[in-house]
Amino acid sequence: MTETTRTPSAAPQDAGAVRPEVRLRAEGLTLSYGERTVVRELDLDITNGTVTAIIGPNGCGKSTLLRAFGRLMKPTAGTVLLDGRPIHGIPTREVAERVGLLPQSPAAPEGLSVADLVARGRHPHQSWYRRWSSDDEAAVEQALRATGMFELAERTLDELSGGQRQRAWIAMALAQETELLLLDEPTNHLDLAHQIEVLDLVRELHLTTGRTVVVVLHDLSLAARYADRLVAMKDGRVVAQGAPSEVLTEDLVAEVFGLRARVRLDEETGSPLVIPLSRHGAKAADGA
Amino acid sequence: MQQVASERARKRRIWTFVLVGLLALAVLLSIGLGAQPLGPGQIWHGLWSASGTEGDVIVRSLRLPRTVTALVAGLALGAAGALMQGHTRNPIADPVLLGISAGAGMGVVASLFLIGVSSLYGYVWFGFLGAALAGTLVYAVGALTRGGATPVTLALAGAAVHALFTALTAGMVLFDRQALETYRFWTVGSVSGQPLGLTLQALPFIAVGLALAALNTPGLNALSLGEDVARMLGVRIGLNRALGMAAITLLTGTAVAVCGPIGFVGLVGTHIARYLSGPDYRWIVAQAALIGATLMLTADTLGRLVARPGELQVGIMLALIGAPVFIQLVRRRQAVRI
Repeated sequence: MTETTRTPSAAPQDAGAVRPEVRLRAEGLTLSYGERTVVRELDLDITNGTVTAIIGPNGCGKSTLLRAFGRLMKPTAGTVLLDGRPIHGIPTREVAERVGLLPQSPAAPEGLSVADLVARGRHPHQSWYRRWSSDDEAAVEQALRATGMFELAERTLDELSGGQRQRAWIAMALAQETELLLLDEPTNHLDLAHQIEVLDLVRELHLTTGRTVVVVLHDLSLAARYADRLVAMKDGRVVAQGAPSEVLTEDLVAEVFGLRARVRLDEETGSPLVIPLSRHGAKAADGA
Repeated sequence: MQQVASERARKRRIWTFVLVGLLALAVLLSIGLGAQPLGPGQIWHGLWSASGTEGDVIVRSLRLPRTVTALVAGLALGAAGALMQGHTRNPIADPVLLGISAGAGMGVVASLFLIGVSSLYGYVWFGFLGAALAGTLVYAVGALTRGGATPVTLALAGAAVHALFTALTAGMVLFDRQALETYRFWTVGSVSGQPLGLTLQALPFIAVGLALAALNTPGLNALSLGEDVARMLGVRIGLNRALGMAAITLLTGTAVAVCGPIGFVGLVGTHIARYLSGPDYRWIVAQAALIGATLMLTADTLGRLVARPGELQVGIMLALIGAPVFIQLVRRRQAVRI
């Protein structure tokens, strides 16, 4: 991924344009699937230029919240504001130019090459009268370089490892050139090395292009290490939010996950590390 | 990457050229071959400077009409097949699956049974209306279901509409001998007997259908990444599905009304196109149309040759050629999963 420093993926921000401090805001947001309410009267601000990680147990509504931020879900009550405007009043195309969302485990048709996948990220910038341009070509190339997928561009997705495939999808989202990027468990089903690979990439994107990133993560220690802000959710509500070292405490882990854990500061990074405690005490494996 | 990417684009272009060449050849053979074979000179004479010789008459009144019909219907069925597979994400989608053939059949029979229209010019339009009704119904049922028109709701609604219209048709032909006779002939699928004027009347519908199909392909590419990703890429899903269903209905409805429920063309054409060009609907739709037309013409020409001096209908020939080709395709797993 040394390519990144040479050709950073172009910062999509217009030079000189003043961006509002709060890019996405949930106001009294209630989200339901039919009768089942998943998110209740939730208020949350996503600040410009930050990486926010949303954590919480399975079914706490974090992915649902992300979908609402991407306008994939209509609220039953409350609103989502994108740059101060209700997101449901903004045309689909315009949302697509500002917000990119990568769902959990996306699927591609068999035989699709990395280059073709990434090129499809340019869809919002095209129309029947505006076909493929040199801008599109440049955006695709930059996205491929930023994700370290340039050399693999002609491979089909089926031929790649899980980590490479995830990077290819992120490259597609990058080619879309949105200032906001929402990632739903991008490290799902990846081994530890690939998880770090993907999160390093997200961090680099943030540093080189100033993108605002919201990411749903399961691993608490990784979330604390890679995010500027943590949002902890339980039962469709925000339980705590703020800097990782303030949010991630032993009490919070107990409250949100019902799990006893030690939280220590990592000497290397200064970010909190969560060490879960087993019911079986010090040596869980001694046959107790 | 640039070199490799352009290599890929070059391959797609070359295949498209080859397919256009094959189609041109199929057109020539369709005009030239039959009970009485004609040479290139005679064909040229008959097409551009007809003076009433025997060859001219064969070209003008026998071969040209069926060639144009097969060409137009083949283009329509090929392109529609590709769209159907894309929107239903179903590798065996064809006019039967979406209930459109059944709708056209019902229209043809109903025009005879209810109002006694028996001329070809008359019942073709009722066939088209029936197909349009079926297409609209399938889309409406799909769209009104919670979650909208998805591949699954479209396929299920198609199966239901097919069953309904087939039952109505069966009921009517049971009571009406003449309707049964017409239906029996129509249902085999044929391109002989339709006057050139009829096909020319159908042409604008197919032209509009092909234009809508072309407009639909970028959205279809985005949709093949899943509805969530497509929506995030700025695709308006409902509008896109409606556009696709309109194109499918125009193309299939017109072709099926004129020629009868011809299967396999869109199915085989789409699979070959996907095999040649990969999962990009801009190419799949164009190439499936070319392959569809070539298949129709070839099947019709062969049908004239195998049973001389009689002939086998194009629908029968297509099944005879199409089945083995398709089985071969299915055996390559790669060609099937969408």
